[in-house]
Amino acid sequence: MSQRRVVVTGLGVTTPIGGDVATTWKALLAGQSGVRLLTEDWRELLPVHFAARVATEPADQMERVEMRRLDRSEQFALIASREAWKDAGSPDDIDKERLGVVIASGIGGVITLLDQFDIFKEKGARAVSPHTVPMLMPNGPAANVGLELQAKAGVHTPVSACASGAEAIGYAYEMIKSNRADIIVAGGVEAAIHQLPMAAFGQMKALSTRNENPAAASRPYDIDRDGFVLGEGGGVLILEEYECAKARGAKIYCEIAGQGLTSDGYHIAAPDPDGGGVQRAIKFALANSGLSTKDIVHLNAHATSTPAGDVAEANALRKALGADADHVAVSATKSMTGHLLGGAGAIESVFIVKALQERLAPPTINIENLDPAVTVDVVRDTPRALPAGDIAALNDSFGFGGHNVVLAFKSL
Amino acid sequence: MALSQADVLAGIKEIVEEVAGIPAASIELNKSFTDDLEVDSLSMVEVVVACEERFGVKIPDEKVTELATVGDAVNFIVNAAA
Repeated sequence: MSQRRVVVTGLGVTTPIGGDVATTWKALLAGQSGVRLLTEDWRELLPVHFAARVATEPADQMERVEMRRLDRSEQFALIASREAWKDAGSPDDIDKERLGVVIASGIGGVITLLDQFDIFKEKGARAVSPHTVPMLMPNGPAANVGLELQAKAGVHTPVSACASGAEAIGYAYEMIKSNRADIIVAGGVEAAIHQLPMAAFGQMKALSTRNENPAAASRPYDIDRDGFVLGEGGGVLILEEYECAKARGAKIYCEIAGQGLTSDGYHIAAPDPDGGGVQRAIKFALANSGLSTKDIVHLNAHATSTPAGDVAEANALRKALGADADHVAVSATKSMTGHLLGGAGAIESVFIVKALQERLAPPTINIENLDPAVTVDVVRDTPRALPAGDIAALNDSFGFGGHNVVLAFKSL
Repeated sequence: MALSQADVLAGIKEIVEEVAGIPAASIELNKSFTDDLEVDSLSMVEVVVACEERFGVKIPDEKVTELATVGDAVNFIVNAAA
């Protein structure tokens, strides 16, 4: 069997800065923040009063009856998948046994779980919704998309906290490479803006508490960063075997050239300050994709705006890329979208695909004073043009538990 | 409290429309929940619980399987409330 190649033929998102790819990408280039004060009364119970909710509520994008059987994370998955599938030219004629779905979530249907527990306590067992289990299971987003498209090559949900979305895309890439499928709907979603997860992240001192100025709270690489901003939404990419995409005349954005996966073996939540796991993941991704550090012109960083994480990552990037880091335009788009946890690696992969297509690296906002410990070339305030010709870009994502995922994309 | 057949039918129409999205106008006494209205097993549980709450009756699980049509449910609820 000849070497199978994997290309991207469709994109879909719903994010805190836009209800679709076009709106999100425009807002991203304009440097708009999606972080806002929460309107719920419960915010007063928490040290953090803000988050990054999706810009367009699912109620504006789907039918009421469909919505009520779906957890919010599943709603995001269907919204993003429908956009991506349409963008790919709705290849409904594909053999369904060659169609798969890999959509991740970091936490699953946590809002459903907590809401139904409230109902149980108030009204008893018989009032608990019979839809609770299909709504709370972490594979629910993938399963619902698989059901809608009748995918039969396999429906999967890798879970690795905030690396989940990137790991899903990597898993999908492997499924196509290993000839298990020709088309995969791949991505990640998260819907965890609720007082309990926010209280829990708050107890880890992981969240920014900049209540007086929420839009400035997510500030990766700034010296005064004080934690991440919880976001929600999701992103989906249609991955397709190259010959299959060519044969049906699909629009091809770029190629997913390879991936690198490692684990730290260091701490359940803290990043390894040495960044060895991240460096190895980058090296594996480059080796796996046949790229060298010289080919990389752009990197969408994990950079969540935590004091320890941003510097550990930047140090690892510098060590792994060496002098070639000087020509890598690093964008920290969580400065605008907040941190979508299991959705992060997916929307950021969508951003990389758009960056390669339009030859523009999106900006990083809210850097008033760049942390001097950050020694990579950060794209600040306004987008930066990327070179013409053959170029490549990386997405790195890390998750609590010490998971490191690096995806390599290259222009075609 | 006695309930009229018309009151119960009107209530069930509202519940089925809310739960399963089926237009109230198409819900009639002779319609089967599963075959005609395509109310699946999970949604049927929701319909039953909503009916219990609305009409103040108990519908035991073993009776639910006997309620094939809307009319069966109306009759059961009217009798149970009588």
